[in-house]
Amino acid sequence: MTRLALQDFGVVLRGRSILQDVSLSVGPGELVGIIGPNGAGKTTLMRSALGLIPSSGSSSLAKLDAPARGRAAAWMPQAREIAWPVTVETLVALGRTPHLAGGARMTDADHRAVDAAIAQMDLTEMRARTATRLSGGEQARALIARALAQETPLLMADEPIAGLDPAHQIATMQIFAGLAAGGQSVIVSLHDLGLAARHCTRLIVIGAGSLRADGPPEEVLTPALIRDVFGITAHVQRTDQGLIFQPLAVLP
Amino acid sequence: MRLFAILSALVALLFITALVVGPAGITPGTALRALIWGDAGPLSLVMREIRLPRAILAVLIGASLGMAGAAMQGYLRNPLADPGLIGVSGSAALGAVLAIQTGLAASFAFGLPIAALAGALFGVGLVLALAGPRGGSLTLILAGIAISALAGALTSLVLNLSPNPFAANEIVFWMMGSLSDRSMTHVWIALPLIAAGSLLLIRLPRALDALTLGEDAAAAMGINLTRLRLMVIFGTAAVVGAGVAVAGAIGFVGLVVPHLLRRYVGARPGQLLWASALGGAAMLLTADLAVRLILPARDLKLGVVTALVGAPLFLHLIYRTRREGL
Repeated sequence: MTRLALQDFGVVLRGRSILQDVSLSVGPGELVGIIGPNGAGKTTLMRSALGLIPSSGSSSLAKLDAPARGRAAAWMPQAREIAWPVTVETLVALGRTPHLAGGARMTDADHRAVDAAIAQMDLTEMRARTATRLSGGEQARALIARALAQETPLLMADEPIAGLDPAHQIATMQIFAGLAAGGQSVIVSLHDLGLAARHCTRLIVIGAGSLRADGPPEEVLTPALIRDVFGITAHVQRTDQGLIFQPLAVLP
Repeated sequence: MRLFAILSALVALLFITALVVGPAGITPGTALRALIWGDAGPLSLVMREIRLPRAILAVLIGASLGMAGAAMQGYLRNPLADPGLIGVSGSAALGAVLAIQTGLAASFAFGLPIAALAGALFGVGLVLALAGPRGGSLTLILAGIAISALAGALTSLVLNLSPNPFAANEIVFWMMGSLSDRSMTHVWIALPLIAAGSLLLIRLPRALDALTLGEDAAAAMGINLTRLRLMVIFGTAAVVGAGVAVAGAIGFVGLVVPHLLRRYVGARPGQLLWASALGGAAMLLTADLAVRLILPARDLKLGVVTALVGAPLFLHLIYRTRREGL
C-alpha cells in the first residue's frame, strides 16, 4: 500500500517551472531522505505533494479532502512557528486536530497519543513549560512531538533536524528510523548528507527542479552524482557501522 | 472552568448593578421589582425603556468587541490586532457620519444605524476585494489599514466641509461612542447581526488553535484557511458593524480584553474567544457605569472612558509583556 504516489508531478509558480516530471511512490516502512542543494525544490516538492500549493500531474495526497489528508499525513514546515506562549502539552495536543471532528473533546485515545509523543521526544519534564520560552532545539523537539501525536501513516518534515545539537540530531533520526521500522513512512528533507546516508532507507535527490536519483543511499551517493548535484567531493565508505559520508572539498 | 464561572458572575453582578444604579434614587429592590413585574407607572417605564436596553447593549457590544478582538488576534497571530484593523469600525463610522450630515439620521429613526451598517458592509467588501479571499494575513492587515485610513480621511472631509456646526458637533460626539438614550429599538437593530456574527466566530476555536503552528501546518491538519478567513472577516464585520451602528465607535475593548485574559486561558486562542466575550461585556458594563456615576450631568462619552482606562492598562500590559515575554 503506497503512502504517497506522485505521477508526472510538476509545479509552476508565477510562470516559472519549479519542479517537473517527478514520479515516485513511498511505501510503508521507508525512511526517505530528500536531499539537494538550496533552492533545488525540496520544500516545493513536499508542500505541493501535500496539496498546499497548486501542481500539475497527480499526487495521491493532494487528491484527498483537507480533513482526510490531515489523518493521512503529518506535515512539519521548516519555519518553526509557535505563535502563542502555550504549554508544551497543549502544543503537542494540537496534533490531534484532524482526529477531532466538529467540537469533539479529546478522548482517552487522544491523550494516550499525546503522552506517547511527549515521551518519545524526551519532553516529559518539560510538558508544563511554556513552549515559546524553550530553546530552539527544545522547540524543534516539541514540534516533532506534535507531528508524532497526529499518528498518521505518513510523516513529512522539512529539515526537522536543522539547528539541533548532534545528540538530538541522531536521536531524532533514530526516532524516524524507529517509526519506519514499525511500519510508518517518513519523508524528511535534510542537508546533513552524513546523517541522511546513515539513517535513511532511501534517498531522493532533487537538483534544479527535477528528480536526479532515487534509491538506497549506497547506490545514490556516487562520486559522479555528488559532483554534479552538490559540486563537492566526498569520502564515502561502507563500514559495519553503516554508510559513512564525509564531504571534503568544494569543486571549482 | 473557574475562569468561566468568575467572569460570568462578574458580568451578572455588573448587569444587575447597571440596572439598579441611576439618578432616580430608587432602592435596588423596588427597581428590580418594577422591571420584572411592572407597575404600569413611570418606574417600570424607566427600567424597561431606559436602563434595560442600555445594560443589554453594553453586554452585547462589549461581548462582540471582546470576541472579535480575540478572533482577530488569533487569526493574525498578533497580540496587537484589533477588530478595527480590518477597517469595519472606520467605514461604519463614515456611513453614520454621512447619515448625520445629510439629515438622513434626523428624518428617519433607523437612518443612522442602517447607514453605518451599509458603510461597514462596503468597507468589508473593499477589504476583501483588495486582500482577496485567500492569501497571507499581511495583505489583510494592509488592506484594512488602507480602508481605515481612507474612511478616516473621508470622515474628516465631511466634518471639514460641514456648513452646519450642529451636525459637526453631533458627528464629533457620535464618534466618541455612547450608550445613553438608547432604546429597545437599538437592541433589536443590533441583536440579529451580533447573533449572526457570533455564530460565525464561536465556531473558530479549533482552527485558531491550529494556527498557533502557522498557516502551513494548520492547512496540513485539515484547516480550510480560505473558509477561516471569510468566517473571521464576516463575523467581525457583523458584530463590530452592528455595535458601531447603534453605539458609535468604542475603542480599546477588543485590543485590551484578549490581552488581559490571555494568560488565564493558557494562551490558547480558541479558549480566549469566550473568555474575551465575557471580559468585554464586563469591561463595557463597568465603563458605562463609570460614565453614569462620575459626571452624570456632563454626558461623558463611553469611548472616551474605555480609551482613558484602556490606554494606561495597555501600557502596563506592554511593560509586563516586555518583562515576562508573554
